[in-house]
Amino acid sequence: MKINLTVNHKNYSLQINSDLLLVDLLRDHIGLTGTKKGCEIGECGACTVIMNGKTVNSCLVLAVQADGAEITTIEGVANNGDLHPVQQAFLEHDAVHCGFCTPGMVLSAINLLNHNPNPTEFEIREAIAGNLCRCTGYQQIVEAIQSAADKSK
Amino acid sequence: MAESKYVKSKIFFEEEFEEKLAEVPTDPKGPWPANDNLKIIGKPVSRIDGYDKVSGTAVYTFDINLPRMAQARILRSAVPHAKIKKIDTGKAESLPGVLGILSSNNAQEIKWFNTSSLFDTHLRYQGDEIACVVAESEAIALKALKLIKIEFDELPFTVDAKEAMGEKAPKIYDEGNIQGGKPFEYARGDVDKAFQEADAIVEDTFDTQVAIHNPTEVHCSVVNWDGDDLTVWDSTQAIYGVRDTVADALKMPASKVRIIKKYMGGGFGSKLECGKYTVMAALLARKIGRPVRIVVDRKEMNLAVGNRPNSVQKLKLAASKDGTLTAISHYSYGAIGGYEGGAGCSWPARQMYKCDNVKVEEYSVFTNTGPTRPFRAPGYPQGIFALDSAIDMLAEKIRMNPLEFRMKNNAEKHPMWNAPFTSKLLKEAYEQGAKAIGWDKRNNQPGADKGPVKKGMGMASQIWWGGGGPPSHAVLKLNRDGSARVIAGTQDLGTGTYTFMAQIVHEVLDIPMDKIEVILGDTAVGPYCPSSGGSTTAPSVSPAVRDAAENMKIKLLEAAAAQLESEKKNLVYVNGLISDTSNPEKKIDIPGLMGKMGEQTITTTGSREANPEGYITQTFGAQFAKVEVDTLTGKIKVNKIVAAHDIGRVLNRKTLDNQFHGGIMQGLSYALMEEQIVDINTGKVVNTNLHDYKIPIIADIPEIEVIIVSEADPMNSNTGVKGCGEPAIIPTAAAIANAVYNAIGVRIKSLPMTPDKVLMALNQA
Repeated sequence: MKINLTVNHKNYSLQINSDLLLVDLLRDHIGLTGTKKGCEIGECGACTVIMNGKTVNSCLVLAVQADGAEITTIEGVANNGDLHPVQQAFLEHDAVHCGFCTPGMVLSAINLLNHNPNPTEFEIREAIAGNLCRCTGYQQIVEAIQSAADKSK
Repeated sequence: MAESKYVKSKIFFEEEFEEKLAEVPTDPKGPWPANDNLKIIGKPVSRIDGYDKVSGTAVYTFDINLPRMAQARILRSAVPHAKIKKIDTGKAESLPGVLGILSSNNAQEIKWFNTSSLFDTHLRYQGDEIACVVAESEAIALKALKLIKIEFDELPFTVDAKEAMGEKAPKIYDEGNIQGGKPFEYARGDVDKAFQEADAIVEDTFDTQVAIHNPTEVHCSVVNWDGDDLTVWDSTQAIYGVRDTVADALKMPASKVRIIKKYMGGGFGSKLECGKYTVMAALLARKIGRPVRIVVDRKEMNLAVGNRPNSVQKLKLAASKDGTLTAISHYSYGAIGGYEGGAGCSWPARQMYKCDNVKVEEYSVFTNTGPTRPFRAPGYPQGIFALDSAIDMLAEKIRMNPLEFRMKNNAEKHPMWNAPFTSKLLKEAYEQGAKAIGWDKRNNQPGADKGPVKKGMGMASQIWWGGGGPPSHAVLKLNRDGSARVIAGTQDLGTGTYTFMAQIVHEVLDIPMDKIEVILGDTAVGPYCPSSGGSTTAPSVSPAVRDAAENMKIKLLEAAAAQLESEKKNLVYVNGLISDTSNPEKKIDIPGLMGKMGEQTITTTGSREANPEGYITQTFGAQFAKVEVDTLTGKIKVNKIVAAHDIGRVLNRKTLDNQFHGGIMQGLSYALMEEQIVDINTGKVVNTNLHDYKIPIIADIPEIEVIIVSEADPMNSNTGVKGCGEPAIIPTAAAIANAVYNAIGVRIKSLPMTPDKVLMALNQA
C-alpha cells in the first residue's frame, strides 16, 4: 500500500507492506539509521521519534499509522551542522557514553522542552523514564536537559 | 626510529594471568607531572566523537547497509537439552527470498569451544545454535526459521548447579558436570588452626544471581567478501581476537581478514570474544556471493551471548579481639552453562585483605543453561558481596566499627605473593569516602530508627587489576598542515578511548584538538592493541600514544635543526613552537616546519613500556551507601553512593565520571533488581526481554559522588593511568547490603535484594 508522510520537513510517498513498522520504514526505506532498535517491544526507547508533536516508540507504530504524519528523527534536529541546544548540552555535560540510546534520549528531551520549557527535575525524569541507558548513570542526562532548559530562558 | 626490545609481559586479564612476548621501547619516557601542571590531561574534556553520537550520524555495526546486503538469522534450541536426529530445511529453502541455509546437514565441521563445533547436534541449553538462514530480508529469514523442522530426542536436563554436581544429575559431558573434574583450590597458612585459636568466628552462606550484560546495541556483524579477502564489521571489544578466531575457523591467513568496529553500543564483556554468528555470516556470504548482516536479537541476547554466573558462597571468617582478621575459608559453586567458562568468585577472599590463613575451594559446574562470559569485573561483585557482608558481621561480633576493621586489615603488600604494589591508596579511599558520606553520623544500633522507613549506612572495599601493560602500540602521522592522525588497534566502547588518545597528542605536541583525528577499531590500519576488557585499555594504550607523540617531538626537533641550521641541543619545543635558545631569530612552528616537507607525512610509532618487575599494579577503592528501607513494603531505596577510588591518573574527568556513574548504576541494579530466572521445571528462561529483565530507569538513580584519591601511578607507566571501568561496579552491591543491615538490623544474604526477600528476612528475624 501507499503512504505519504513528512520526515524532517521532507515529504515522502512510499509503497510499503502493511506489516512494516515505522522504525523499519525510517531505517531501511528512508535510510535514517540514527533511529536505533534496542528491544523491539517498546521498552528501551532507542527508537523514539517525534510524531505529530508526541514522542513514540517507532517499533510500536505501524508505518501505515504514520500516513499523513509529521515526523522528526534525530537527523532532523541539528540545523546545517549546528547542534540543537539539547544536543549541545548532551555533548557538554557528557550525557553520552556509547551513544546508542542518545538519539532517543535527545528527542524525548526536545519534545519535553517543546511542551514545557521550564521542567522540574521530576518532570525531566518522567519525560525520559521510557529511555533506557545501560552505560551512564543518567545523572549527566538530567543535568544536560536542565541546562538546555536554563539556557533557552 | 625508536629502539625496541622484547620482554615476557605478564598481565592479569579479566580472570587469569596472561603472558605474551611483547615489543617494548628501550627508552621509556619519564612520568608526567601532576595533572595540575598539565594542559589538557585530567581536565573535563568533551568527547571528540560526541558530535557524531548526539547528531545521529554515528554509524554503528547495527546500521551498516551495503549494496545487495542480505540478512541472516539463527535458529536456536527451544529446549535445554537434546540430541538432534534430523534437520529438514526443505520447506524453508523453498520460501521465496530465502538465499541459503546452514546447519549440521551441510556446514563444514568447525571446532568451537573445547569439544563442540559450529553446528553441534548435541544441544546443551535453550538458545544453542541449530541453523542459520540468509534471506533477502530479516522478516523472510525469521519466517524461514519457523519452517525448519527438527527431529530430536529430548534429554534429561539440569539447570541448577547444586543438583548438577550430584551423582544423580544428567551428565552434560561424559566426564561429569564439574569443569576440570575437580574444584579450583588455593590455600595459605593454616586455616584450621586459626579457627581454633580465634576469638570470634562468623559463618554463613550467600548467594548471587545470574545477570545479563544487555548492552543497548545487540550483538551483530556485517561481512563482505572481496575475492578471498574478508571484511567484517563487528560490534566487538576485541578486533584482533575476532580476526584470529574468524581466520582460524575459516582456515584463512589472518592477513586476509579485516575487522572493523567504529562505534558500538556497549559491551560490558559480552562482546569480548568472537561469536558463532560472525563465522556463520561469513560462510553464508561466501556461499551466496553477497554481503550479509547478521543480528542477534534481544531474546537471543538474554539466552546465548553470556552472563555473569550465579554463585553460592559459604564463608567462614575469624578474628582476634584486637580486630586482626586471622582466617578466611571460602567455598563456592556456580553454573557455567553448557560450555566451558568460569564461575569463580574467590579472588576478593584471596587478596582483598591482609590475612595469613586463607583456604578456597570453588566449583564451576556445567548446567543446561546459557554460557558465561566476563561481565564487568567477573567474579568480583559477587565475591565482594559475600566477603564484605561477612567482614561487617565479624566486625560487629568483636564490637568494632567496620571501617576501622577494614583499615586495620589493610594489606601493605600483596597478601598472596608478598610483593609490593606500584601504588596503593586504599586507606586514603576509606578516609575520604567516609568523610564525604558522613560516616561518623552512622547509626550505631542497626534497625534503631523509629517508624516503618528505616535509614542506614554501609560500606565495602574494592580490589581489581587494571594496570595494563604491553604489547600495545600506536602510530602517529603528521601532515603538511600540522594536523595529526593517531592510530591504534584498540576499541572505544563508549568509554572515551577516542578522546583520551587525542588529548595525549595535544598534551605532548600542542596540536589543536580539532586538528587531531583518531583512528581505532580497524585491524587493517591499527597496530596491535589488546582487547578492551579487564580495565586495561587506558593503562595499556595511553602510554603507547604518549610514546609515539614524544618520538614525534624528537623527530620534529631534528627536522627543525636541519631547517633552521641550528644545533639540536639548542632547540626547545614550547607550545607548538620550536626556537633556538642561542638565537631568538631562529624559530618555526609545526605547520611552518611541515610546510617545508612538501606533501609528505611523517610517522612515528610508540609502544607501551614494560611493567616494573617484582611489583603488582592493582586498583583499590571503597564505596559508601546511604539507603532507606520501607519495612512495610520491603522496598530498598538507595539515596546516595560515595565512591572513593585509587585508579592512578585521571585522563579526562568527564569520561571518568561517566564511567563511574555507569558502573555504580550497574552495581545498584545488580544489588536490587537484575536477575535472570530459569524455570527449573522446563529449563527455560522466563525473562528474555527488557520488560521482564529489569534494568534501572532514570527514576532509580541515587545521588552519586566520585572521589579519586590518586594522582598517578608513575611506576606503572609513563602516563600513570590505571583502569576504572570495572572498579566502579565491584563494591556497590556489598555497600548497599551492609547499609540495608544497618537500617533494619536484618541481613539479606541473597542478591538481588528484592522486596520479597526483605520482607521474608524481617519476618524471620
